[in-house]
Amino acid sequence: MSRGLVTGGALCALFLGAALLSLVWTPHDVAAIDIAAKLRGPSAAHWLGTDHFGRDLFSMILVGARVSLAVALVAVGIGAGIGVPLGLLAAARRGGVVDELVTRANDLVFAFPSLLIAILITAVFGPSAINAIVAIGIFNIPVFARLTRGAALALWQRDFVLAARVAGKGEVRISVEHILPNLADLLIVQATIQFSLAILAEAALSYVGLGAQPPTPSWGRMLAESQTMIAIAPRLALVPGLAIVLAVLGLNLLGDGLRDLLDPRVRRARA
Amino acid sequence: MKRFLLGLALALAAGAAGAAPRADIVIGMQLEPPHLDPTAGAAAAIDEVTYANVFEGLTRFGPDGEVEPDLAESWEISDDGLSWVFHLRPGVKFQDGTPFSADDVAFSIERAMEAESQNAQKGLFDGIASVNVIDDQTVEIALDVPKSSLLSSLAWGDAVMVSPATAEKNRTEPVGTGPFSFSNWVQGDRIELVRNPDYWGAPAKLDKVTFKFISDPTAAYAAVMAGDVDAFPVFPAPENLEQFKADPRFLVMVGTTEGETILAMNNARAPFDDIRVREAVAHAIDRAAIIDGAMFGYGVPIGSHFPPHNPAYEDLTALSAHDPEKAKALLAEAGHAGDISVTLTLPPPSYARRGGEIVAAQLRAVGIDVAIANVEWAQWLEQVFTNHDYDLTIVAHTEPNDIDIYARDDYYFGYHDPVLKALWDGYQQVTDAADQRELLRAMQERIAGRYVNGFLFQLAKTGVADKRIKGLWINAPTPANDMTAVEWTE
Repeated sequence: MSRGLVTGGALCALFLGAALLSLVWTPHDVAAIDIAAKLRGPSAAHWLGTDHFGRDLFSMILVGARVSLAVALVAVGIGAGIGVPLGLLAAARRGGVVDELVTRANDLVFAFPSLLIAILITAVFGPSAINAIVAIGIFNIPVFARLTRGAALALWQRDFVLAARVAGKGEVRISVEHILPNLADLLIVQATIQFSLAILAEAALSYVGLGAQPPTPSWGRMLAESQTMIAIAPRLALVPGLAIVLAVLGLNLLGDGLRDLLDPRVRRARA
Repeated sequence: MKRFLLGLALALAAGAAGAAPRADIVIGMQLEPPHLDPTAGAAAAIDEVTYANVFEGLTRFGPDGEVEPDLAESWEISDDGLSWVFHLRPGVKFQDGTPFSADDVAFSIERAMEAESQNAQKGLFDGIASVNVIDDQTVEIALDVPKSSLLSSLAWGDAVMVSPATAEKNRTEPVGTGPFSFSNWVQGDRIELVRNPDYWGAPAKLDKVTFKFISDPTAAYAAVMAGDVDAFPVFPAPENLEQFKADPRFLVMVGTTEGETILAMNNARAPFDDIRVREAVAHAIDRAAIIDGAMFGYGVPIGSHFPPHNPAYEDLTALSAHDPEKAKALLAEAGHAGDISVTLTLPPPSYARRGGEIVAAQLRAVGIDVAIANVEWAQWLEQVFTNHDYDLTIVAHTEPNDIDIYARDDYYFGYHDPVLKALWDGYQQVTDAADQRELLRAMQERIAGRYVNGFLFQLAKTGVADKRIKGLWINAPTPANDMTAVEWTE
């Protein structure tokens, strides 16, 4: 196993652990405002200190991890859940009208700057974590659809697919039973990468006030709120900033490591 | 030797010129005005650029809110209080060279009062029956009913004097009688004014004033620190003031404003149509925490809709002291057991956004479930102010002497109270200062006792300026940056 994979895995485990931990326990209530205790440095009671409302920064980071994770998980789920079947369908009907439609629709969505459209969606339907999920999810669809179609097209030319057709299997059964399992590695790696992008997108949307709404903490909004206080309490910006960096770095390292591990070409070259 | 002396003289002259104080200034503002006609818009930014600089009225507000003569030198009131005769200052010219006369007064006031006028404060002119020109320098304002607030109404930015020749173009090329003429507007960046050489009064000390618009508080902080702006009279981030205070280059100015910051409740809608619920909200609020947390300590608690620096102020904060237990008891008495779920709509300023988070936490502590909805100003004006579609909101009412909003029928509070209306009508009739104070106190008590809104704090004017600048207003009795007396000391 590569060092990248181990580091990435460890960071992701930390991220996941923080998110899960926040479900059962946080040192303090994240919504509890205690103005008298504002802008305190790290101490035994507040491990990372408090913010401008006297809320416990460590607790906010834990809950923020959960919000990031939930948004990214569902958004990537939407992308893969819709994108992969579309890609399989397009590959099965390659050259046909359906293929053309799916491919062009993909190009269309790709042509828009994704974050701008996400801002549009959340601005029209109102800022909330749910709308952020939908906005980010929509832009994950073409990524998965295109990847699936490209790889599936190559698979459709292979002998084992021909054998399956000779055996009388239809397009759907071939796609599900023969094509999809051979794409799994590729999709897992892509999902990891998309996951890190979704976390960044969620942070960006929260930063402009269109993500999870107060009092639910979110890393992006913590950054935005710390902005004017960067000179008096740089900790307020550093902590959520580092959290985002570590989570995204961990997911990218994990993705790279997994690709090295799972990609048949790389595997064969190593053997 | 001669050449040496000449060189020395030149060097000295150059040195002296270099040491002469600067004659230009850059003023930072957070919001850019939508246009520059103060008689056709409510945006405070319009007045912050034009009031007392480009435009002047018959009367004006001084630096501490006192009403002073401006284009009217003096006036007489008839015994029945229905006829006011104003004597205009001689020799006043508009910046385009046309002389200012009584006809312009009649034009300006009639224009503001006409049905299709876009004046944002038409209420200022209520009760005016007609404006009669007596001669070039004399004009009579005839009233239907006595109006003790006439002089202060005429001092507002919405009541400035405009010229019939240029009035229609004031939105983009304002022409008034003030000490500065409009020079240039680079949309999205800055507005430049230059000294009016033909000004009737003491000429402005600066040659040029630039208003620069910086909406982001972090960028505003950087601009002041870097010296890109010389003064930021209404600095948007109170948390940065400590650093300005610690820096010997700057002077931090903390003054008063007319901005009563309130937690407005929709009195026309359940559950806030029940006075017990409103009283519970009032007791759930901890003003000290809000001022400290949202404004970093800048602000004075208020117990009614009235500024503490006004002589008629009465401290009513005890009536709605922080008492969560009492709030819970009141809610229980009103038949609510944790079943109240409301939305708190917050406009962009940090007093609202930050204050809103604290208020929401305090209301949750007594069992009122509050969801926060952050909106932009345009949406706030449409949804809350115009359509009255809201439960709770936080906003600062920055107009001076605006307690009459509680006597208005179609105001967004949804509060209808014949008692208060009678008090306000009475206030308009009396001219004696002591009687006026009595009625103002009675109105404060009435709205505090009816718990119309949650009264939070009086917004402070927190500004920062280069220490060498003098003559800037410390207080903000009306939105304005009067630059007439501003100068550099070295």
